[in-house]
Amino acid sequence: MSKAVIDALVQRFPDVVTDAYEGVGGDDCAFVKKDRIVEVCQALKDDPELRFNMAPYVTAVDYLGQQPRFELVYNLYSSSTNRRIRLRVRVPEDDLVVPSVWSVWRGVDWFERYCFDMYGIRFTGHPDLRRLFMYDEFVGHPLRKDYPLRARQPLVPEREVKDIYRGPGPATRD
Amino acid sequence: MTEGKGVGGIDTRATPGSAGAGLSAPQLGGPAAGPADGELEAPLRGKRMTVNLGPSHPATHGVTRLVVELDGENIEAMKIDIGYLHRGFEKSCENGTWTQVFPYTDRLNYVSSIMNNVGFALGVEKLCRLDIPDRAKYLRVITSEVHRICDHLTLVGAMGMELGAMTVFLYAIEARDLIYDRLAELVGARLTSNYARIGGVARDVPEGWIEKMTKTLDRTRDLVDEIDALLARNRIFIDRTRGTGKVSRELACELGFTGPCLRAAGEPYDIRKAAPYLVYDRLDFDIPVGSNGDNFDRYLMRIEEMRQSDKIIRQCFAQMEPGDIIVRDFRYALPPKPLVYGTIEGLMAHFKLVMEGIKVPAGEVYSYTEAANGELGFYIVSDGGGRPYKLGLRAPGWPMVAGLPYMLKGSLLADLIPTYDSINMIGGEVEQ
Repeated sequence: MSKAVIDALVQRFPDVVTDAYEGVGGDDCAFVKKDRIVEVCQALKDDPELRFNMAPYVTAVDYLGQQPRFELVYNLYSSSTNRRIRLRVRVPEDDLVVPSVWSVWRGVDWFERYCFDMYGIRFTGHPDLRRLFMYDEFVGHPLRKDYPLRARQPLVPEREVKDIYRGPGPATRD
Repeated sequence: MTEGKGVGGIDTRATPGSAGAGLSAPQLGGPAAGPADGELEAPLRGKRMTVNLGPSHPATHGVTRLVVELDGENIEAMKIDIGYLHRGFEKSCENGTWTQVFPYTDRLNYVSSIMNNVGFALGVEKLCRLDIPDRAKYLRVITSEVHRICDHLTLVGAMGMELGAMTVFLYAIEARDLIYDRLAELVGARLTSNYARIGGVARDVPEGWIEKMTKTLDRTRDLVDEIDALLARNRIFIDRTRGTGKVSRELACELGFTGPCLRAAGEPYDIRKAAPYLVYDRLDFDIPVGSNGDNFDRYLMRIEEMRQSDKIIRQCFAQMEPGDIIVRDFRYALPPKPLVYGTIEGLMAHFKLVMEGIKVPAGEVYSYTEAANGELGFYIVSDGGGRPYKLGLRAPGWPMVAGLPYMLKGSLLADLIPTYDSINMIGGEVEQ
């Protein structure tokens, strides 16, 4: 369906976009080098023939026991040409830092926060990389395969709120 | 105005001790009370205020905390804190068999649970390269569209109620309850209806159900018309919704909006048309598209989509033919009971399915369907075993909630409520 998109990408970034294949159900997929993902995404968005204006879903997978261990999956869509592609980025465990594509599509904000929260993958260039579902005091990343299913964590003490009526701010103000 | 009434309709002549007693009528308009020249135009000393809405607030449809930074009444910045309803959907699914995932998917968007069932079943079938019988496809479309009506009714009702129109809520809930009754006859549960199975659906429609459902649809259509008549020309409703919570077409795309919220902004993207699944390519229906991307357009999308869903269901009733409702491949579906009790092959297939679960071929797939709020995606990775290796959920409401600060920057605090309503945030799916 969108073989042409992947072909154009491989042609433009021969060393970066590799191992293109047609996935189950006809989705077109390719692997992208981790450090160049922003460049590839920007090209996908800006190219007047491709115009991938949406990033409907970004997620991560933990392939425990394989090298490299983690993988990020970018599902991209172009509403003007009605094409979909899937880019996969392998992330080794000893270098869990990936450039953020927030500058390309602002909608990936929470998806990247989710990947950070659940898998511990850090994104450089993300404006507000906090945990999304878990609380800040949570230790570990729950969707990693080595995080036990029935793990319990201690209750955290209540956070101190300085001025409950006026919210955080300098105490000296009127 | 009636004489003798004070401010706010309180009777100042009431007996001592009751409300308003002892208050003198306010002095207004006297020369001494007027402001000095230029005083009204003088810049007020600005001070930002942080308001914390939630986690438990009647208008947040669940438990979401919104930290709003206000300049006067205008929203300057906003942070959204979710996760209070997080219950580890993906982790639970990775530790259950493929069939055990279905009850979890009911609880994602609990207003339209069959759509989640169908979305997940389609993902697994895509990975298994499994084609399901025609009748099952029609039944899935019918129940999905019934639930789309349910979802939109809930949204419109809640939106009306939170803007002060209680009647609308009652009308919407009457229609929704009628639909729930029909669904209970079909699947046995009112809210967490669990209908789709891998390879088909759980059971066929009971006798006389189609006629009853048609009557329910007639009544629902009347109620939807009444709701529309109550709201679409209502001055208060229009003032609160038109021009508030606006999002442009480009920004909506970039933020990853899908479903009615994207279409209200003018982007005609509907997966039922863009990548038809089940039998949507055989049905005749229209996709409403808005132009302003504001709350009023998002409301109109919902009303029109309910009418289109009504049309789809009636067409399905006419087109549907008797036949199988689940595949006869016993690697995926339980064999019928006479085969289990009467033949060794049937018994073995039953035993293997119950004890080990369905074996899904190794691979990865992203399957997407048009749920009530937009694209419901499942990124499924299988290692060939009886359990999903990874089940990534793309909840339709997720990007819309994340996009709230973009939609509300600079608008009034009061606009937050209709905007929050019209994106239809469902805690179950957004917080997984």
